[in-house]
Amino acid sequence: MQKTFDRRRPRAFPPAQWRRGLWLALPLLLGGCSPQVMVFHPVGPVGRTEERLIIISIVLTAIVVVPVILLLWHIVHRYRDVPGNDAPYRPEFSESRTLEVVWWSIPIVIIAILAVFTTRDTFALTRPPEKSTTPLTVEVTSLDWKWLFQYPGSNIATVNYCYIPTNRPIRFILTSNAPMNSFWVPQLGGQEYTMPGMAMQLWLQADKPGLYYGRGAQFSGKGFAHMTFDVHATSQADFDAWVKNVKTTSPPLTEDGYNQLAHPGLSGKLSYSSYPPNIFHDIIMKEGGMYMKHDRAVLESAK
Amino acid sequence: MHLPGYVNNVATPFFVTGDPMIYASDVLIVLTLVAIVFVLTYFKKWGWLWREWITTVDHKKIGIMYLIAALLMLFRGGVDAMLMRTQLALPNMRFLEAEHYDQIFTTHGTIMILFMAMPFIFAMFNIAVPLQIGARDVAFPYLNAISFWLFFFGALLLNLSFVIGGSPDGGWTSYPPLTEWPTDPGPGENFYLLALQISGIGSMATGINFLVTILKMRAPGMTLMRMPMFCWSVVGASILIIFSFPALTVALALLMIDRLFGAHFFTMLQGGNPMMYVNLFWVWGHPEVYIVVLPAFGIFSEVVATFSRKRLFGYASMVASIMAIAVISYLVWLHHFFTMGAGPGVNSFFAISTMSVGIPTGVKVFNWLFTMYQGRIRLKLPMLWAIGFIPNFAIGGATGVMLAVAPGDYQYHNSYFLIAHFHQVLIGGVVYGMLAGMYYWWPKMFGIILNERIGRWAFWVFNIGFYVCFLPQYELGFMGMTRRIYVYPAGMGWTALNLISTIGAYLMGIAFVLIVWQVLYSIRFPERDVTGDPWDGRTLEWSLPSPAPHYNFARIPTVTARDAWWAEKEARRRGEDVQKELRPLEPIHMPNNSGRPFILSVCFFIGGFGLVFEWYWLAILGGLGVMLCLLLRSLETNTDHYIPVEEIRRTEAALGRL
Repeated sequence: MQKTFDRRRPRAFPPAQWRRGLWLALPLLLGGCSPQVMVFHPVGPVGRTEERLIIISIVLTAIVVVPVILLLWHIVHRYRDVPGNDAPYRPEFSESRTLEVVWWSIPIVIIAILAVFTTRDTFALTRPPEKSTTPLTVEVTSLDWKWLFQYPGSNIATVNYCYIPTNRPIRFILTSNAPMNSFWVPQLGGQEYTMPGMAMQLWLQADKPGLYYGRGAQFSGKGFAHMTFDVHATSQADFDAWVKNVKTTSPPLTEDGYNQLAHPGLSGKLSYSSYPPNIFHDIIMKEGGMYMKHDRAVLESAK
Repeated sequence: MHLPGYVNNVATPFFVTGDPMIYASDVLIVLTLVAIVFVLTYFKKWGWLWREWITTVDHKKIGIMYLIAALLMLFRGGVDAMLMRTQLALPNMRFLEAEHYDQIFTTHGTIMILFMAMPFIFAMFNIAVPLQIGARDVAFPYLNAISFWLFFFGALLLNLSFVIGGSPDGGWTSYPPLTEWPTDPGPGENFYLLALQISGIGSMATGINFLVTILKMRAPGMTLMRMPMFCWSVVGASILIIFSFPALTVALALLMIDRLFGAHFFTMLQGGNPMMYVNLFWVWGHPEVYIVVLPAFGIFSEVVATFSRKRLFGYASMVASIMAIAVISYLVWLHHFFTMGAGPGVNSFFAISTMSVGIPTGVKVFNWLFTMYQGRIRLKLPMLWAIGFIPNFAIGGATGVMLAVAPGDYQYHNSYFLIAHFHQVLIGGVVYGMLAGMYYWWPKMFGIILNERIGRWAFWVFNIGFYVCFLPQYELGFMGMTRRIYVYPAGMGWTALNLISTIGAYLMGIAFVLIVWQVLYSIRFPERDVTGDPWDGRTLEWSLPSPAPHYNFARIPTVTARDAWWAEKEARRRGEDVQKELRPLEPIHMPNNSGRPFILSVCFFIGGFGLVFEWYWLAILGGLGVMLCLLLRSLETNTDHYIPVEEIRRTEAALGRL
């Protein structure tokens, strides 16, 4: 066996300058300094809970990952098979009860800690972020390839954009009248699937007025890439003014109009002063919701 | 059953004619076929091809065929990846249209998991397992040949969709109701369903075959706890295959019945329940991830011990962690859809079970590190890939734990964070592992060592390209970029990161070309392995000449310790007389070659093709062919032969082993 390669030294692993470059890149990649890094710039309690949990998980996993990489770096340097290496060589050293107990227990402890935080927040996120204010219900239907928002409180509807009041929990009730999709507004909080025949609920809330990016996150066919929507968060007064404006200036959504919308294709932003009553409920029932106790419970509780 | 608005699509099935790339591929495919036929005819190699390869039941040759197929599929899947990255390099690109992009990400995922990773691990199973346990072949050599050919024709069927009928376009997960007939008419999805079904039968058989081989065919003295770690990883993977593939079979079959015969298992209307498919798919899909990654872990264990000249650290822990991973992997499937809205109790359970996979995996990483600790590390090619794997997998594992945190997953799900994570574990784990295994066992397969210098270039270009490609994608996920979008607008802040990512992808493409060049160069200027033990190995395969004779062991070795070959070499170094009693040679019992596995698989292919296009007469014809092959096999009596002692002696003498 020729040894030529082993002797061609300081081709160390990995070359020092690259390693340094990697470290320099890390803060850039994880820092999230720009507000365009939406997940790290939440504007509501749900997004903040999720951000905090993400940071906790990064820190906890780093407790293992960073030492592993440093240790690898050190070991590969120290124990290279090069002439004159005076590091100890113990070819039979392969058992150590103490060491193994250490590295079985470290991950167990880390996972246990993370599990506690995870369970706590998973339960918390199924409840409204705030109890004192009455929530606003918005019914969301994903269509091919557009988003329909219905406001059962004021009987108006919009396509590809919605308004929500700030500092008030929003109960989004999600369904689909097309292949499944996923409703995601990164700055408000994480996503949930929209599925035909199912009524799912997702709590979100905005603290700050602003225009937030929303999009479908589950592939649903040809027009999927264009399934974005705007979420306008405004003060309650501005929200009420907007509702009144839509009520007076927009056309109603008819049954035919709905069928037009459900037809595959793209659409701009649209507003409707009213919509056929029960259309949300009926579509869910028609697509299998009649078999789902859960759907009826969600729809009932949202009334 | 048809939904308003979709019906019109039936008239325009997505034939991909009209695209210059398809025409170019048509021309290339025809030219390649003509060239192959010409070369085989000109050099009179048809008979050789039939006798030596197509009808072979020799695990070593089947392993080589799996390897070639896996590398070809890596090329195809890689080209798909390049096309996607080119389209995403800049905002508002007009390189690919939506339909075409959708097909490409579907075939990329399907091919890389099922037709690249799977045959690659099966290549390693076949090449190494019988040699490592001191066996002359697998338990069921004939079935092994069937497995390969079913995989081969399954892969052929899927690849055929590129030029005939149109590729599937519902994503590699193929979720209904999107993939139901009303929203996705045409043969594309049928190709996906049938190709996976056919190759899945082969995978199932391979799982059974290798589990039995390892349990029943170990050399005398090789107790389970003396087995090489790779064999343990194969045990883990085989158990996973046996218990998870049936779920995929059921999911695919039901979806096929929906599509072909108008049933309503997963439809939107008439009470179908699409989420049932999603559950069934991932009941297979998650164990599948460990099916491909466990053998990689096994290879790293072999490579790290060999190239550190040291016993594997914490053998018992390693075995325990493989088995723990195998068991836990059945309890985590729901983490692929935390966002389905299951209750908090369910999500918490699956979050915690998923995180706990990190425990045995973390233990394995520490054991590899301490195998190197106080060893003597030689940075040969297999070891380079093994060392490159560790930081990769540490980061990929950490992001995996992050994804397991259900509320965190609500933000990562379907975003580029997820894409970066699973590429980091699947490339950093499986591809690095398989390349390490390929370099490690290449001398055993072909008797030559691959060129070191070109290999180092390939490694560094790939490794750097990997981080350049995938680290930016984590950030893109945090910035709200979702997977499977073929175009994105400017002004989201995604442009620079996407461009960097594309550059990284090209670097990996260059590395692949370097590996191909390395292989060609090494064939032209071979560095022969005359010792049979080029790496100073520890396990039994290195006690044989390279390549091993077709019966592997002239005398079945008796094993007295873990790392049997290393122990024997140590004993020799101490001057002890090892296995000197030299039992007399005995005739060796070997299976006969057979063309029937190939013909059987052709029948499956014909039947599958018939179902894809709903030509039922053809499907029935293929099915009858399958039945006939099975019947003929059942009536066959002449299935094996003995190699006479004289022939063994001649072969061994020619190898300098007498």
